[in-house]
Amino acid sequence: MKLSREEVQHIADLARLALSEDEVALYQEQLSAILKHFEHLQQLEMEDIPPTASVLPLRSVMRADVVQPSLERDRVLANAPDTTGGCFRVPPVLE
Amino acid sequence: MSDLGLHTVTIHEARTRLASGEITSVALTEAVLGRISEMDERVKAYLMLTPDRALAQARAADEARAAGRDGDLLGIPLAIKDVLCTEGIATTAGSRILEGFRPPYDATVVRRLKEAGAVILGKTNTDEFAMGSSTENSAYFTTRNPWDLSRVPGGSSGGSAAAVASDECVAALGTDTGGSVRQPAALCGVVGLKPTYGRVSRYGLIAFASSLDQVGVLTKDTRDAAMLLKAIAGRDPRDSTSVDHPVPDYAEALTGEVRGMRVGVPGEYFIEGLQTQVEDAVRAAVDALAALGAEVREVSLPHTEYALPVYYLIAPAEASANLARYDGVRYGLREDSESLHGMYRTTRGQGFGPEVKRRIMLGTYALSAGYYDAYYLRAQKARTLIKADFDAAFDEVDVILGPTSPTTAFPIGERVEDPLQMYLSDVFTLSMNLAGVCGVSLPCGFDGQGLPIGLQVTGPAFGEEQVLRVAHAYEQATDWCARRPEL
Repeated sequence: MKLSREEVQHIADLARLALSEDEVALYQEQLSAILKHFEHLQQLEMEDIPPTASVLPLRSVMRADVVQPSLERDRVLANAPDTTGGCFRVPPVLE
Repeated sequence: MSDLGLHTVTIHEARTRLASGEITSVALTEAVLGRISEMDERVKAYLMLTPDRALAQARAADEARAAGRDGDLLGIPLAIKDVLCTEGIATTAGSRILEGFRPPYDATVVRRLKEAGAVILGKTNTDEFAMGSSTENSAYFTTRNPWDLSRVPGGSSGGSAAAVASDECVAALGTDTGGSVRQPAALCGVVGLKPTYGRVSRYGLIAFASSLDQVGVLTKDTRDAAMLLKAIAGRDPRDSTSVDHPVPDYAEALTGEVRGMRVGVPGEYFIEGLQTQVEDAVRAAVDALAALGAEVREVSLPHTEYALPVYYLIAPAEASANLARYDGVRYGLREDSESLHGMYRTTRGQGFGPEVKRRIMLGTYALSAGYYDAYYLRAQKARTLIKADFDAAFDEVDVILGPTSPTTAFPIGERVEDPLQMYLSDVFTLSMNLAGVCGVSLPCGFDGQGLPIGLQVTGPAFGEEQVLRVAHAYEQATDWCARRPEL
């Protein structure tokens, strides 16, 4: 199975990645080759096998709901590319 | 040992000499910094050095010792892989998208090292977001293998492995998602231990694949691995996946005694593509342990052949979610655009390197509508089978032996054009992360070109003591760990 250019572009859109024409062509080839190499996984009989998301037993980790110090706002904002009035500043969300 | 130069010491040797007053932490730190300035132009293990802070920490350690304090790591100079947050010190994860990022807090493992009085020398090179097996995916430069500067050190913790191998630190922290501590340890001829999932806190570890990531240690011998693991292991309220399991004194497990221990050898790990000299060295190591009184048994891990596809579906899927946070809003690079959506796309398109984009694409595909069941869900089900293989094997044996990497260090550039070839570098280490078990790689010989070969000793969840015991007994019976590259 080979991925189409449109499929690769669709995945890039989902992942919020701007790709050049060359990158789309490269990933079309490489992702197709990788998925082909993984085909034998499709042969495995696993109907009754439960999936493993984590090796740890399912559990809820609880702690007392106590107020604790958090990072100061200035330190949180210090790494941001753009801030205003104590907030992160971003380009317009709506046109 | 003193004629080799102070920078060559292990943690335990340095500890003895610091405690007796023979050396000071300042002298040791100066010796290691001197070694770095002599060597790192060629090895390129470090992305960032913090010599002034290191010397200040060394002076503080010497003062604390004078006031009566002692400890395994007090005054010991260590290196930290650059995917672990260090407060106020640039942390890049080997990526342009995090250039200039200064974390507002320390990773828990870094905090624990500081509290133990360790000296932190700097941050070591890594494949971008720990995605790679050679450091060639670092956005900054490629680290060199100290045994042959034209070859890769392995990855992704290649900077830490090369720093240990070239005596540019006493020991180092790395991280291991699919072999990223063990494989570079094998290729650089040092000891690399990946703890059980949940043994060590991941707080402040820049996330790649959260169900697989674990912080590990790279050291000059197994005793140092035991000491460094003890310092970083244990429950952390800031990581809900860290497990409240007692932390033993791992050094006590190093008895040199393996009589009666059952070691398993899985046929699935001796396959086509395994370099002949690697196979010979690993088989000789099995024989050496048998000669020491271990009981060798054949075991089977029948789903081994599925580990590669399972890993390369699950890890990229988790990565595609984890790396959504790099959006140009809160930290790191921003590429300006008219709209928010455009800013996300251009920032991520410019900021991520080719392998990171490839994995985000692969993971997004595996999770997308119409493909989730065929890829991600199937991979998670097969993960259950891979874990069950290990559960069954560890009913029969105490540890499993095999090669860490199918080949010794490969030439820089050889695998960069072919991602599948690069992925195959991890074919023997991925399964342990999928199963959540622990393992160590240690030197077990050299190939015809003088490149080190790694033996992998794998144990069940929280089986670090038996893994270290077997590794240590083998290390004591051979002299591979004592060898150093000529630089």
